[in-house]
Amino acid sequence: MTFAEQFTIVLQALNEGFLQTLKLFIITLLGALPLGLVVSLGSMSRFKPISAVVKTFVWVIRGTPLMLQLMIIYYGCSIWSGGEDGRFAASAVAFIINYSCYFSEIYRGGIQGVPVGQQEAGQVLGMSKKQIFFKVTLLQMIKRIVPPMSNEIITLVKDTSLARIIALQEIIWAGFSFMKGSNGIAGQVWPLFFTGIYYLAFSGVLTILFNKIEKKLSYFKV
Amino acid sequence: MSKNEKALLEVKNIRKSFGKTEVLKGIDFTMGKGEVVAIIGSSGSGKTTLLRCLNFLETPDVGTISLDEKVIFDAENHKKLSDSEIRSNRLHFGLVFQSFNLFPQYNVKRNLTLAAELLEFEKIKNGSSQYKEKKDAVDAISKKADELLVQVGLLEKEKSYPCELSGGQQQRVAIARALALEPEVLCFDEPTSALDPELTGEVLKVIRELKNTNKTMIVVTHEMEFAKNVADTIIYMADGVIEEMGPSQEVFENPKSEKLKSFLKSSFEKL
Repeated sequence: MTFAEQFTIVLQALNEGFLQTLKLFIITLLGALPLGLVVSLGSMSRFKPISAVVKTFVWVIRGTPLMLQLMIIYYGCSIWSGGEDGRFAASAVAFIINYSCYFSEIYRGGIQGVPVGQQEAGQVLGMSKKQIFFKVTLLQMIKRIVPPMSNEIITLVKDTSLARIIALQEIIWAGFSFMKGSNGIAGQVWPLFFTGIYYLAFSGVLTILFNKIEKKLSYFKV
Repeated sequence: MSKNEKALLEVKNIRKSFGKTEVLKGIDFTMGKGEVVAIIGSSGSGKTTLLRCLNFLETPDVGTISLDEKVIFDAENHKKLSDSEIRSNRLHFGLVFQSFNLFPQYNVKRNLTLAAELLEFEKIKNGSSQYKEKKDAVDAISKKADELLVQVGLLEKEKSYPCELSGGQQQRVAIARALALEPEVLCFDEPTSALDPELTGEVLKVIRELKNTNKTMIVVTHEMEFAKNVADTIIYMADGVIEEMGPSQEVFENPKSEKLKSFLKSSFEKL
């Protein structure tokens, strides 16, 4: 087999793997971005039992490896269907739970970081609570959380590879298959190296995107 | 205030505790329209808490607040008031904060128009506005904002953002923003305390000019010269009570209580 032939086969396999990586990334964000807000509001709850339970949960999730959580959720629960779909569902659940805990702490910082004076200024100007949230504090929170969120989201890009531990066929799994032997190609390391290009390109695009958002919000200081 | 004048603001027996600490221990005073009252006293005497009670940022535990002989706050039935009633009561008072609290994401002009527009749009929605169209309201509010910016000398900064302004300029914008809603009583909470000394003058000048337009004002301040020259009435607070109250000249030149005497002595010694 010529290198060009090998390259075509590898490229196709890596593209498929990357699609799975991308899917896990997007589903995790769609789930964890809103769930993180719920967790964050829970941890700030004035009702002590709720905030205690939520804070303990966040401590457990942030204090144990995501890889362990993946294994426990996949092997510890018997609800998953066999095959790739079941592995994907289990991965998505583990990632959403894990990342919503990290996001919740970032949200909390953003919410508590807006000076109380901003809210009071809105109040004395006769604004309603809803108006104050949407017209005054929301954008200030967003500006505060963009840098830590971009950090966390770029980490997520690379963390998706942990799903390989339960054999999710993401891009590293696809690259590694050519070490073990697949489609007549075996003992090849370069496909694995090549997966790094995908990660670099993906996180590069995200970095540019987040820089744009930061720049867009740089016209004011908080 | 002379005795035959009708009081604009009447504060009766306001008490407020935080936990076990009683910060206000029964505050009573009245003031007339166009009167300027300066509240002086050492830190922790309750000056700021009193101002925050008037603006409903704190809810007094006991007492009433009346405006134009109409009770707008009564600790007895405050809990029964709806959010929108509390909001409309707030509008009788304006508050200028020590730390300005301008909205950083909006330019100077928008800081002035935002709340006014939101209020007017709500009124248009429920049919109580003098304007039929949003556009008419927006135009009128914008014109008003320009006038106020002229008044505080910052029209050329209308497109600037708060972070581009000096502290003194920010505070002048904050004063214009408070005036935009035409409060009957404008309150200042140590308006120059967060400013560099060379910037206090421009802010005090604006307040002095407001006095000439017959604006009713309550100013919590540490600027003794300013209080002496601008205020009609001085309220001296100590330990949560009004220790002494009277016409400005009299209070400064002929203080009665020992506490006020030593407070004035130490305040003027600093100068």
